[in-house]
Amino acid sequence: MQTIIRVNHLSKTFGDFTAVNDLSFSVQEGNVYGFLGQNGAGKSTTIRMLLTLIRPTAGEIELFGYNLYSHRKEILRNIGAVIERPDLYKYLSGFENLSLFAKMSGVHLKRSQLMDQLELVGIANRSADKVKTYSQGMKQRLGLAIALVHNPQLIVLDEPTNGLDPQGIADMRNLILMLSRKMKKTVFVSSHLLSEVEQVANRMLIIDKGKKLVEGTVADLFAPDETIVHIKTVDTQSCRLVLAESSYGERIQEVHANELTVKIRREEVPELTAFLVGKNVPVLGIAARHSLEDYFLKITSSNQHVEAFTN
Amino acid sequence: MWKLLQIEVFKIFKRPRTYIAFIAIWAIVTLIQVAIYADGAKYMDFVLRDVRESFDIIGRPLNGYFVCFVILQTLLIHVPLLVALVSADMIAGEANMGTLRLLITKPISRTKLLLSKFLASSVYVLLLLVWIAVTGLFLSMAIFGTDGLINAKSYEIIIINGNDVFWRYLLAFCFAALALITVAALGFFFSIFAENSLGPIVATMSVVIVFTILTTLDIPLFQSMKHFFFTSHMIAWKGFFEMKTDAEGIAIPGTIRNLPAILKSAGVLLLHIVLLVGGAITIFNRKDVLS
Repeated sequence: MQTIIRVNHLSKTFGDFTAVNDLSFSVQEGNVYGFLGQNGAGKSTTIRMLLTLIRPTAGEIELFGYNLYSHRKEILRNIGAVIERPDLYKYLSGFENLSLFAKMSGVHLKRSQLMDQLELVGIANRSADKVKTYSQGMKQRLGLAIALVHNPQLIVLDEPTNGLDPQGIADMRNLILMLSRKMKKTVFVSSHLLSEVEQVANRMLIIDKGKKLVEGTVADLFAPDETIVHIKTVDTQSCRLVLAESSYGERIQEVHANELTVKIRREEVPELTAFLVGKNVPVLGIAARHSLEDYFLKITSSNQHVEAFTN
Repeated sequence: MWKLLQIEVFKIFKRPRTYIAFIAIWAIVTLIQVAIYADGAKYMDFVLRDVRESFDIIGRPLNGYFVCFVILQTLLIHVPLLVALVSADMIAGEANMGTLRLLITKPISRTKLLLSKFLASSVYVLLLLVWIAVTGLFLSMAIFGTDGLINAKSYEIIIINGNDVFWRYLLAFCFAALALITVAALGFFFSIFAENSLGPIVATMSVVIVFTILTTLDIPLFQSMKHFFFTSHMIAWKGFFEMKTDAEGIAIPGTIRNLPAILKSAGVLLLHIVLLVGGAITIFNRKDVLS
């Protein structure tokens, strides 16, 4: 399997501010690679370096086995990208935008072929309308059509669900899955929402303050015995005693005033619920969350506190 | 490169603001033509008030060539401001819309991208001049007819035969193209630094206005400096309407009095274009595109 993206010790500084700090990772062919981090973690800066919008301060980027800067043209011919919100020419129609960017990507398609692309993303019926009349979701779809029009091997999507309504988010998710499964594209997708990425990615990388925190397959990172169950109860003491006398005793993580946390396998959650009810523990609620999600929320919220304090 | 140029020209002429300049020129030209048509005789009396005392004017001094000369003298001061509207928007406008990011992720070198954009703004300038020629020269020739051109200056009066004028206009329009492309290059240069087209448009207009004022002020300090201002070279097109004279002071038809000075001004303007566009490409190639 070919390595599509290889990033080695990549750094980018803007004056005194380090946006990306010694970042290394690689993306294999056919993967949907989730690139996670809170806002300002360095995701967009990394993506901009991958797309030659920004020059790295240090480090190397290889795409399709070639150095990005010495083979820029050949590499970009094989990449389709939607960077944050898809900004397009508002005074042109959707069709004109697609046709124009297709030519700039070096492909010369017939009208019917361009319409097929618009059909694929579901906006063919609005192709003649000016983009200024499009909703955010339609612009996002047109942006995706532009990213796909030259049939690239790698699709880079920077926060593709930003500003979309729930239906738009679901549609985008399905489109990413289709790109990967049916069209066999490699997809590099960034987001600040773990729940969003886990549904489409098979590998993911979490960064914070420009540094790599964790990387791995989604299956590894979401290991089945890593589920944290939050039990809300009016009687924490009796709940703790009941659990301590059972096989769950060793898996109690934290005990608070009205809540206990237990780390178990995901499939054990119904069994634990039945056990507590059977022991007449006054349970107010049970919520199961993966430890990675807790970890991600922890780093996200801790940094937000720091930002709030600084501001 | 040809494809890129086509795309950029297509984008320019799809924007409504592009047509502001064409409408403004048509309006100014029409107003001048109507005014001269209605009250041209009085205007000619005013222009020739000193000459009529010493000479008999034969023929029709108020003709299409004369009207076009008046139009060019008026327009070529203001058209640079209209050129700035488009040229200063070429990069900054894309940055403002967010489309610059998308353009740079396409398999095209930044140098080619910038060159195509600059050439497209030059095409716009050329079409603007063609429009001035159509409305200001050809339409005036059709309305007022043709005859000799009287070029009245404060210290001399030049009378050019009717059959010796048209080629001078062609050269004057070519020179005006060079002058306006220089303004386009200036706007283009400012455009790479901004993420909003207003700043570079105002900056370009300000430079043109300030330099023009300094060029026309009869203050010795500014007079010595004016050769360094590109605006003083932009008006060299008027030189095409001056003729050499023989030993007896008689004008020689088919000649240009000071061609080397015109060529020098053309060279200065060309140098400005090369430096401004070259500078823009060099800086833009190293620039991080964040917007």
